[in-house]
Amino acid sequence: MSGRDEREDPTTGPRSGRRTEEEVLARIEKARRRAPRVTDERITLAHGAGGRATRRLVESLFLEAFRNPVLEVLEDQAVFDVKGGTLAFTTDSYVVSPLFFPGGNIGDLAVNGTVNDLAVSGARPLYLSAGFILEEGFPLEKLRRIVESMQAAALAARVEVAAGDTKVVERGKGDGCYINTAGVGVLERRVRLGAARARPGDVVIVSGPIADHGVTILLARGELELESQVVSDTAPLSGLVASLLDATTSVRCLRDATRGGVATVLNEIAIAAEVGVRIDEERIPVREEVRGACELLGIDPLHVACEGRVVAVVGPEEADAAVEAMRRDPLGREASAIGRICSEPSGTVLLKTKFGGTRIVDLLIGDPLPRIC
Amino acid sequence: MRFVDEYRSRDSAQRLSQEIAALLGSRAYKMMEVCGGHTHTIYKHGVEDYLPEGLTLVHGPGCPVCVIPMGRIDDARFLAEQRDVILATFGDTLRVPGGRGSLLDAKARGARIRVVYSPLDALKVAREHPEKHVVFFALGFETTAPSTAATVLRAAREGVRNFSVFCNHVLIVPAVKALLDSPDLRLDGFIGPGHVSTVIGCKPYQFVPQQYGKPFVVAGFEPLDVLQAISMILRQLSQGRAEVENQYTRVVRWDGNPHALALIGEVMELRPHFEWRGLGFISHSALRLRDAYREYDAEKLFELPSLRVSDPKACQCGEVLKGVLRPWECKVFGTACTPETPIGTCMVSSEGACAAYYHYGRFQRRRADGARPL
Repeated sequence: MSGRDEREDPTTGPRSGRRTEEEVLARIEKARRRAPRVTDERITLAHGAGGRATRRLVESLFLEAFRNPVLEVLEDQAVFDVKGGTLAFTTDSYVVSPLFFPGGNIGDLAVNGTVNDLAVSGARPLYLSAGFILEEGFPLEKLRRIVESMQAAALAARVEVAAGDTKVVERGKGDGCYINTAGVGVLERRVRLGAARARPGDVVIVSGPIADHGVTILLARGELELESQVVSDTAPLSGLVASLLDATTSVRCLRDATRGGVATVLNEIAIAAEVGVRIDEERIPVREEVRGACELLGIDPLHVACEGRVVAVVGPEEADAAVEAMRRDPLGREASAIGRICSEPSGTVLLKTKFGGTRIVDLLIGDPLPRIC
Repeated sequence: MRFVDEYRSRDSAQRLSQEIAALLGSRAYKMMEVCGGHTHTIYKHGVEDYLPEGLTLVHGPGCPVCVIPMGRIDDARFLAEQRDVILATFGDTLRVPGGRGSLLDAKARGARIRVVYSPLDALKVAREHPEKHVVFFALGFETTAPSTAATVLRAAREGVRNFSVFCNHVLIVPAVKALLDSPDLRLDGFIGPGHVSTVIGCKPYQFVPQQYGKPFVVAGFEPLDVLQAISMILRQLSQGRAEVENQYTRVVRWDGNPHALALIGEVMELRPHFEWRGLGFISHSALRLRDAYREYDAEKLFELPSLRVSDPKACQCGEVLKGVLRPWECKVFGTACTPETPIGTCMVSSEGACAAYYHYGRFQRRRADGARPL
């Protein structure tokens, strides 16, 4: 609607020799895809936020150093063949602050997060390891509560914590308790999932209301003096994913939307598959309290972490079946098809706003919510 | 969400959109939304999709972070690097590039910087850390100046001695005047800032219609507010009127908020002149603490370097702030200058024209809507 021709206007029109808007946009897209370089001299919190800075650090430092075909796909887990089968393998560290929050604590978060990273590859999670980095003086009572909820979460997800490690650092050198978990799962299905498999026409589904976890943590810190009933959505998704994969054959890709939120997942899909993603704000489930908190804080729920929601890209003919399969699972009751994959504009996520306009949904830049997981 | 969703209704937007198209007819007009909050709303909700081709919105300088000159960022960094000082600041100042890098860089190198959501939070930090001195990096238009003033008064009342303010509050009217006097700018009307006007009211803008003959409509921050303000400006233009009108009557009173103005007047006074990024030095355009409150004035307590740092050559923030260039017309937009590695301030704050366009508007609407092939 706003394609304007202003050549007669000397103050804003494209002057001779100037670039047109299209040319500028094309150059920006090229720049966005260029192999990233780390120009920063030091690590900042942005490098841990799961947004563009994280991606730059991972791709230009870690991937360059460790490059191999398994790592290179940069999925949430490594998938590789061994004699007699295919395994999925992943690791994740947890530094959430505060350690205890409505709906969970660092312990069940650490189990669920690793279970989910395995589940979204289509694997059945089997074993986890748990590494504890504890600060001198940390109350044993708190550690006991954390460990008990880890065991409860492991039971619920039908995995076993089969290996572990403990380190203690001097007072002031840690923040109470950090946990690292690694996990192994087995791929028993023939399905191969990956962000690059999304193709135009596919439907994008989320398994429930977004942004609960991030908003819960933000409010639990008490710095904002806002009160609310929101609880974290931390939960193991392996059951829901299994029901989905049992009911369908055309799932292209699954992602759990953690740091950087649904926006980051969709951008990764758009870039990996060289497709556009169009979503409809009206169809994205967000709880009223969460939407209110985001509105007050000026953050976009699409950028806020979930810890128990999966984003699925499914072939168009099975979209309804996929939504129904998710809704049969208690964790997926509010599943909703939120948009489609399209051919244009490649590498970009577009949102039809409730208001009826269209805008871009980009990767998160900077970090409004450090240490959410 | 109650009280918000009604201002985002598609049906009302359609109606206003038709009204705007009818009022505009075949004419072409350019209007400036002065305030960055409006710029953000326009891009975030896709308001431009409802506007006819002949209407261009020009994004103005009303983004407090965007108008901070680099030298002041360096001063803030200097403060943060002082022994036993904690700099308390709003989060969106962290990535603003100064001559010596940003506050985020300084933080990574060990400077003590705390993100706060209000000046009272900064005062709280001071009470919690009696062994440190807490400087609040105060910036913003008249919108935020009253809360800074109230915080200084409270600190004085409570006898908090380890707290001060690095005052960078600026005034909206001198900025609008500087824009109107700028020779390379042609505008047909203004969408006036809403939040600032809750404090100063509508009266101070009367010079715009009276001396410059341009309509000025104070507007709210929901997308329907913006559409309605545009329609009100067009109505004035079509009837040959030029007046200050208030679209945001649910919040803004004609005379503003006398209590807030009194707070500012009690604690602060005009600076003879102040540098604005992109606009240069403007007389009587900013506030500093009165001498009576000098023990809370970081500029008096510390010897700041206060160096003038000229903007990087490639940076065209000045032209963008004046609305002479649209964001994508800047030479470095989106390639060398991105929200992650900003060269200019307009790319930093979510209210900055370049950041708003980069985050939300960076696509071909024609192609996106499928309305017209390229």
